[in-house]
Amino acid sequence: MTFNATGLRYDDVDVGDELPPLDLPLTRSLIVATAIASRDYQDVHHDPGLAQERGSKDIFMNILSTNGFVGRFVTDWAGPDAVLKKVSIRLGAPNYPGDTMRMTGSVTKKADGLVEVAVRGANGLGDHVSGTVTLELPRD
Amino acid sequence: MTTTTPTTEDEKAAFLAKLKAYEGRTYGPPMRGPDPVNQAMIRHWVEAIGDENPVYVDPDAAARSVHGGIVAPPVSLQAWVMRGFRPAASATSDVQDEIMSLLNGAGFTSVVATNCEQEYFKELHVGTHLSTTTTVESISEEKATGLGVGHFLTTLVRYTDEHDDLVATMRFRILKFKPGTGRSATQAKTDAEPATRPPRPRPAVTQDNAFFFEGAQQHKLLIQRCSSCGRLRHPPGPACPSCRSYDWDTVEASGKATVYSFVVNHYPQVPSFDYPLAVGLFELEEGTRLVANFVGVEPDAIEVGMPVQVEFVEHDAELTLPAFRPVQVTA
Repeated sequence: MTFNATGLRYDDVDVGDELPPLDLPLTRSLIVATAIASRDYQDVHHDPGLAQERGSKDIFMNILSTNGFVGRFVTDWAGPDAVLKKVSIRLGAPNYPGDTMRMTGSVTKKADGLVEVAVRGANGLGDHVSGTVTLELPRD
Repeated sequence: MTTTTPTTEDEKAAFLAKLKAYEGRTYGPPMRGPDPVNQAMIRHWVEAIGDENPVYVDPDAAARSVHGGIVAPPVSLQAWVMRGFRPAASATSDVQDEIMSLLNGAGFTSVVATNCEQEYFKELHVGTHLSTTTTVESISEEKATGLGVGHFLTTLVRYTDEHDDLVATMRFRILKFKPGTGRSATQAKTDAEPATRPPRPRPAVTQDNAFFFEGAQQHKLLIQRCSSCGRLRHPPGPACPSCRSYDWDTVEASGKATVYSFVVNHYPQVPSFDYPLAVGLFELEEGTRLVANFVGVEPDAIEVGMPVQVEFVEHDAELTLPAFRPVQVTA
């Protein structure tokens, strides 16, 4: 999916609308790059040996990056004039290298210029993330 | 610290009272991020995340947008106050350390983050300098969860800017649990059974092996062949192991094979597959071997040496993979 440069207005959106799905290949480089870009230097996000010593099968994506992808997934659809107001996520199966996370979402509420989107990111193990994002869209 | 696991109801109540005493307490003095929101760090973030929204990097597009100028992605909130690679000793809080050592001392040594709720009140414009104040909102009684027995710890972080205005709040919940006390994997799976199962994991496609998966998509089983010496090889690779040539093409296999070896997986179970899951190592009549699933046979009826024939299983629109079905040998 590519970024929606035109952008959505509030009137363009209806409850039930589906967001274009995003398949995110979880490469080792992606997991390390996003951890470091978020200034998260915990070894479980970049050092496979230490991650295994701590009981994880491999390195895994950090939460800041999960938030980053949830935000991107929604603004890829909504465009440059969307303003995120709230992101509420529940975390599940880890994002390990070699897997793919498929992000899907749909509009669940619409009122007073605000739109609520239910978001889910599933990998081979189950749901990595599920939650809701509330955003403001221009009304004119 | 030599606390032991609380076991009796009285011990549990006393332990919970100690934990509850921390509710409402604040983690030390406010912590200030090392740098204000800045373009360089925004760029690192959006490049890594692959976020192409121009309002994060293009001054003109940002000025034309509702944001009025470059902003950082609101979901990057936490990054602006991260302690970094070599945190100062002052970067830890007494209250946080006390809660953690209390829980660790009672055997709740593992940690997992379960929820994160961020609410944004002001945008993260370039120049915004964030500080945080973290308060313990609640510590739960002992709970039995899929991961193990533990306590949920919920903190509320207030993000303020250089004018002391509230920019955002973040409610963050972690579970501190005893490793090895979770429900069995089977039970946990039943609880978490998704309504629709996730798609089969994608293969890692490289420039060396792409032909194999593209062939499968067209119901062709292709084998890589060295164009210099003619040797067939699988799995695909860039160079011939015999003559070291980098030149190669492919040939289509007949699909006739025998079971060279196989394994039946029972655990751990991944939702995209049916169990028990038989995985075979098949020897093609052309001589190479490959790993694939079986079709049309119960795992306990599989035998080494069994003749099989390739079929193509369309797992979904983007993924077709070879699998092998036993063939009836006519005498």
